[in-house]
Amino acid sequence: MFLLGLVGLLTRRNLIFTLMSIEIMLNASGLAFIAAGARWAQPDGQVMFLFILAMAAAEVSIGLAFVLLFHKRQLALDVDAASEMRG
Amino acid sequence: MLQLLWLVVAIPFVSAALLALFGSSLPRRVVAILGAGSIGLSTFFTLLISAAFLISPPADNAYVLHLWTWMSSGEFHPEIALYLDPVSLLMLLVVTFVGFLIHLYSVEYMRNDEGYARFFAYMNLFVASMITLVLANNLLLLYLGWEGVGLCSFLLIGFWYREPQNVRAAGKAFIVTRFGDTAFALGLFLLFTRLGTLDIQEVMHRAAVQWSPGSGIAVEAAALLLGGAVGKSAQLPLQTWLPDAMAGPTPTSALIHAATMVTAGVYLIARTHVLFTLAPSIQFLVALIGAATMLLAAFSALAQRDMKRVLAYSTISQIGYMFLALGLGAWSAAMFHFMTHAFFKALLFLAAGVVIHAVHEQDLYRMGGLRKELRLAFWSFVIGGSALAGLPLITAGFFSKDLILWQSWAGPNGSAWFWIAGMTGALLTSLYTFRMILLAFYGPQQAHVKAVSGVAVRISLIVLCFLSVVGGYVDTPPDFGGVPALSNFLNSVLPPLEELHVGPINETITALSASTVFALGLGLAYLLFGPQRSRLPAHNFLERLWLAGWGFDWLYDKLFVRPFQWLTRKSARDMVDVPINGLAQVTILGYRALRLTQTGRVRWYATGLAMGTVVILAIALFVH
Repeated sequence: MFLLGLVGLLTRRNLIFTLMSIEIMLNASGLAFIAAGARWAQPDGQVMFLFILAMAAAEVSIGLAFVLLFHKRQLALDVDAASEMRG
Repeated sequence: MLQLLWLVVAIPFVSAALLALFGSSLPRRVVAILGAGSIGLSTFFTLLISAAFLISPPADNAYVLHLWTWMSSGEFHPEIALYLDPVSLLMLLVVTFVGFLIHLYSVEYMRNDEGYARFFAYMNLFVASMITLVLANNLLLLYLGWEGVGLCSFLLIGFWYREPQNVRAAGKAFIVTRFGDTAFALGLFLLFTRLGTLDIQEVMHRAAVQWSPGSGIAVEAAALLLGGAVGKSAQLPLQTWLPDAMAGPTPTSALIHAATMVTAGVYLIARTHVLFTLAPSIQFLVALIGAATMLLAAFSALAQRDMKRVLAYSTISQIGYMFLALGLGAWSAAMFHFMTHAFFKALLFLAAGVVIHAVHEQDLYRMGGLRKELRLAFWSFVIGGSALAGLPLITAGFFSKDLILWQSWAGPNGSAWFWIAGMTGALLTSLYTFRMILLAFYGPQQAHVKAVSGVAVRISLIVLCFLSVVGGYVDTPPDFGGVPALSNFLNSVLPPLEELHVGPINETITALSASTVFALGLGLAYLLFGPQRSRLPAHNFLERLWLAGWGFDWLYDKLFVRPFQWLTRKSARDMVDVPINGLAQVTILGYRALRLTQTGRVRWYATGLAMGTVVILAIALFVH
C-alpha cells in the first residue's frame, strides 16, 4: 500500500492526486505501526497511529489551502508547473 | 622680524587645507579672497622679511629658524627648519611675488570654471610646497616640497580631467619626473650613508672636507642629484613631459611650468653647488646638457603651431641656459636668469592666456591681426618677448642672458663652443619669439575677440611688464658702468666666477654680438613670417621633426613604453596564475553539475528521496 502511494506520488501530476497519494502513504505507515504493535503486543503502535492521524489532518488542511492558492495563481493543478525554484 | 618666516609657509598651507575641505560650500567671492589673499599675505611677510634681511643681515648672511624635529631615529633626525640666505631669499621673493600676481590673474581668469575652489586649493598647496622646497634647511624637507610641487603639477595638468588627453598628459608628467625623483632619492640615501647628515650646509661642509675633488663618490652623488634636477627642470633626456603639460589651465602653465617649479632643478644644483664643484666631470655634463637642451628646444619652438607649446619649448630652452650657467660655475648668473625668466615668462603665459580666452584658439596659424583688438596683450607680448629675446639695454632678459653668455667664455669650464652655442640659442630665441608675435598679432585677422579682460588681469600684466623691464637693472655689468648688485648679494653663498679666459672675447664683444644676434633674429623672423608672407606652415622633414620635438616621444614610446607594455601583458598570464585559476575552474564545474539536480520539480525531489531511502535500506540490509 505504501508503494502504491509512492508510485501515485511520482506519476500523477495533479496536485489533488499528489495529496491523496501522500495520505495513502501515511495510512500505509500507520497500518504498519498497528500491525507491528499487534505482532509484538505493544501499545506504542496504537499511540504512533494517533500521532500520524493528527499530523495527517494538519497536513491535509495546509495542503488543501496550498492547492487553492496555487490554483488561484496558476489556474492549473500541475505540480511540474511549480518549478520556479529551478536552480 | 625674521622669526615670522614660518608664517610665509604656514599661510598658504592653511588656506589650501581650508579650500580643500570647505571650498565647495563657500561662495566664490570667499574662495577668491582666501585663495589669492593667502598668497598676498605671504608675499607681504616675505617683503617685510627681505627688508629686515637687507637692512640688518644676520650673522654669516644666513638665518635658521628651527621649528621642531621631524623624527628621531638613531643618527637620523631631520628637522623641520627653515633656512634663509640670499639665494633662498631671492627664490622666495620670486615665488611669492610672481605667485601672487598669477593668483590675482586667476581670480578673474578662472571665474567661470566649475572647479574654482579646487583650482585655488591646488594652487595654494603648490605655492606652499614650493616655499617649503626653497626654505628647507635639510634635503629631506626639500624633498618633501619637491614631491609636493610634483603632486600639484600632476593635479593641475589634469585639472580638466574630463578630457582623456589631459589626464594622459598629467600621467606622463608624473611618470617622467618620477625617473628624476628616484635618482634624487637615491642621491639622498647615498649622502646620508656616507656623510651621516642631510642638513644642506652640513652636507656641503663635510663633503668638502671628506671627499677629494673628482673622487668617485662625489661624482656619484652629484650625478644622482643631477638626475633629479634634470627630471624636474625638463632637461634632456627627461624634457618630454613639459610641452604636454600645457594641457592645464594657463595660469598653471605660467606659475608651475614656466616661472617656478621647473626651476627647482636649477635651485637644487645652486643650493648644493659644492658637491658639483667636487665633481668636475658632472659639472661639465650639466653644461653640456644645458647647451644641448637649449638648442634642441629652441629649434622645436620654431616649428610649433600651438602658442602655449612655443612658450613651453622656450621655457625648456631658457632653463637650458640656466643649466649651462650652472655647469660653467656661473652660479649667480643662473639665479639672475632664473629671476628675470620668471618675470617675462609668467608675463608671456598670462598674455597668452588673455589671447586664448579672447579668441578660443591656440593655433598661431589661425590667429593674426590681433594687435588692435588686444592692445594690452599685444604690448605684453612685445615687452615679454623682447625680454625673452634679449632686447639690448632695455629689457631684463638682455642683462641676464648676456652675463651667462660672457661667462660661458670666461669661466673655468668655458670654451668658445659654449659661447657659440649660447649665441646660436640667442638667435633662435629671437627668431621664434618674433615668429610667434608676428603670426599672432600681424597679418590678416582670422579670429575675432569674444571676451575682454578685466581689472585683475590688467594689473597682473602691467606689473609683470614693469618687472620684465626693470628686473635686469639689479645686476648690470660693470663694463657699462653698472653695479652687479645681485651677484654681489649672492656671492656670500655662491662663489663668484673665476675669470680664467681673458682673451679675444670680452664682455663688450659679447654684449655687442648678443645685440646683433637679437636684431638678426628679428629681421629673419620678419622676412620669414612677416605680414607679407603666405601664412601656411611648411611641411618639410625638418619642420615635422621639430614639431614633434625631435621625435623624443616616438623614441621613448618604442624604447620604453612598448617593451614595458609587452612585459606587463606577458606577466599578466604567468605560471602563478595557473593553479589559482584552475581552482576557480574546478569550482565552476562543480557548480554546473550540482545545478542540474535543482530542477524545481517536487516529483523529481520525491524520486530522489525514494531512491535515497532504497539505497540506504539496501546498505543497511546487505552490508552487515
